[in-house]
Amino acid sequence: MEKNTLFDKIWDAHVVKSVPAGPDVFFIDKHFIHEVTSPVAFLNLEKRGIGVKYPHRTIATPDHNVPTVNQDQTIKDKLSRMQVEKLRENCAKYGIELHDLGSAHHGIVHVIGPELGVTQPGMTIVCGDSHTSTHGAFGAIAFGIGTSEVEMVLATQCIMQSKPKKMRISVEGALGKGVTSKDIILYIISKISAAGATGYFVEYAGSTIRSLSMEARMTICNMSIEMGARGGLIAPDQTTYDFLKGKQYAPAGDDWEKAVAYWNTLRTDDGAVFDQELTFDAVDIEPMITYGTNPGMGIKVVDNIPTTEGMEGSNKTSYLKSLDYMGFAPGEPILGKSVDYVFVGSCTNGRIEDIRAVAQFVKGHKKADSITAWIVPGSREVEKQAQAEGLVAILEEAGFELRQPGCSACLAMNDDKIPAGKYAVSTSNRNFEGRQGPGARTLLASPLTVAAVAITGRITDPREVFQN
Amino acid sequence: MAYDKFTILQSTAVPLSTENVDTDQIIPARFLKATEREGFGDNLFRDWRYDSAGTPKADFVLNDSTYSGKILVAGKNFGCGSSREHAVWALYDYGFRCVVSSFFADIFKNNCLNIGVLPVTVAPAFADKLFAAIAADPLTEVEINLPQQMITLLATGDAESFDINEYKKDNMQHGFDDIDYLINMATEIEGFEANR
Repeated sequence: MEKNTLFDKIWDAHVVKSVPAGPDVFFIDKHFIHEVTSPVAFLNLEKRGIGVKYPHRTIATPDHNVPTVNQDQTIKDKLSRMQVEKLRENCAKYGIELHDLGSAHHGIVHVIGPELGVTQPGMTIVCGDSHTSTHGAFGAIAFGIGTSEVEMVLATQCIMQSKPKKMRISVEGALGKGVTSKDIILYIISKISAAGATGYFVEYAGSTIRSLSMEARMTICNMSIEMGARGGLIAPDQTTYDFLKGKQYAPAGDDWEKAVAYWNTLRTDDGAVFDQELTFDAVDIEPMITYGTNPGMGIKVVDNIPTTEGMEGSNKTSYLKSLDYMGFAPGEPILGKSVDYVFVGSCTNGRIEDIRAVAQFVKGHKKADSITAWIVPGSREVEKQAQAEGLVAILEEAGFELRQPGCSACLAMNDDKIPAGKYAVSTSNRNFEGRQGPGARTLLASPLTVAAVAITGRITDPREVFQN
Repeated sequence: MAYDKFTILQSTAVPLSTENVDTDQIIPARFLKATEREGFGDNLFRDWRYDSAGTPKADFVLNDSTYSGKILVAGKNFGCGSSREHAVWALYDYGFRCVVSSFFADIFKNNCLNIGVLPVTVAPAFADKLFAAIAADPLTEVEINLPQQMITLLATGDAESFDINEYKKDNMQHGFDDIDYLINMATEIEGFEANR
């Protein structure tokens, strides 16, 4: 019998037709849309005189540009308001389910999909956002698409895709104290570079990955795109089923049993072949932080910024340009550098487990006076739970400012901008130039490291704060 | 939507050898707030092109009148990061019809092909040759021949072939997009959907 990977099984089950010497006509089970990458797609549908073919397969929420204060009021920024209103208009016109600002399930699209149980094993899921890879944590093929493809999905429920190559990344062993799934993925990206998985779809496997919660798995799959992979996925298991059971859109009753029986087949067969296989030992992974302007530029927080030894040409020029932007020098330690802002949130680390970790860490401490600390829950549901668990009170006591759900300072489309030249240690996913505001300097890290930085006001090893 | 056909392009080229240029640099997020696909070229490479007061930065290649053309020769891992198609809209709107690099990010490359900007992947050595030739003579012309799948430095005749699948090649040459193809498959897709 043919040995297949998990990825092959799901992909092949969704090919409507293979175009000779071309891509596959690829069927999409679920489509998420938001206010920024959908308006032009709807506009083009109108120009073509066609509608939305399967409205029940699309779910919408405004997240990218929404304010994180006073969400009950009219959005002040005119352009943001227009995009959100356009989304409302289009959803009403075509009968698309919308989780609007202020509603019970409003939030970042990649947080609410799993929360609602829309995201399920074996599915194909797309959204006009590269962090759609998050949903791969459930054993789904999920990836980001451009607006032309959003239009295709709305019009036909299909896109034209060439099948990517397959990579398996295994992580084995127990994680050390103070090391989180964010450190795992930052470590992997630092090892293989921001382009190391371009052209591939990644399956994450191994005992370390299996031991992670769904929230932690989502953090890993979320950042697959940061090493160039279209997406990453993890085979579903009991952890997945426990998370999904009872969710609004999860199967129930007999359907649940049937679904689990099918989901149990979603495994990579023993002996299946990958185009590339990589293995890492959990024992080598320590708290990580980025020092440059792409997510591949990461080091252990205790390490020095790499020197330019062995670099030449445009490689060296680009490296120095990046350090110049950050205001860092090759070879210097990163520990102890002063920080101005911390941001806890985003589709990478804006879930309840992340907020819990920060709250437990800062309980009984105060943030440093020099630090502005923003905490932005990924969804209303996360916000509600954080309140119910008393986490909000702990965080506010420590001097954190709790905001309302949205993408917020991860990409700074709203007013949550880090000022030019200031340093932010952030739980988000991208440290590109200007990502958190023009001239802002971003260092990516885990929620624990961010919590430690909030308390000391400097780049800090979270394990040190633990000891004190 | 349909775009201009692409067959043979002869043009001078603009060099941007920086590596890992992400789509946040090509078009920063704060310029994604439009509800129509108009005017993105004005904000192409906004924060590299202009300072915070809106004054052009003299050291950025798009502000250097020595260089111009419809071809952008870019450093490796061009277009990484966000899936925003607006990055390609900005390149197209500015006047670029082709981007040449030794390595492209996946989603960016797909987005290019979907709106009629041809991504041409060359060997790193050929990319170096292009950068050197443009530096030596900014008026040197490059030919992109899509039917033949060849890129040529016209002054020296140095040439290399490039890959593109037949389906996308045909689309580019006729200005078709995928949606036309998919709409024609409606019956097959309906049958498939009914069984899911």
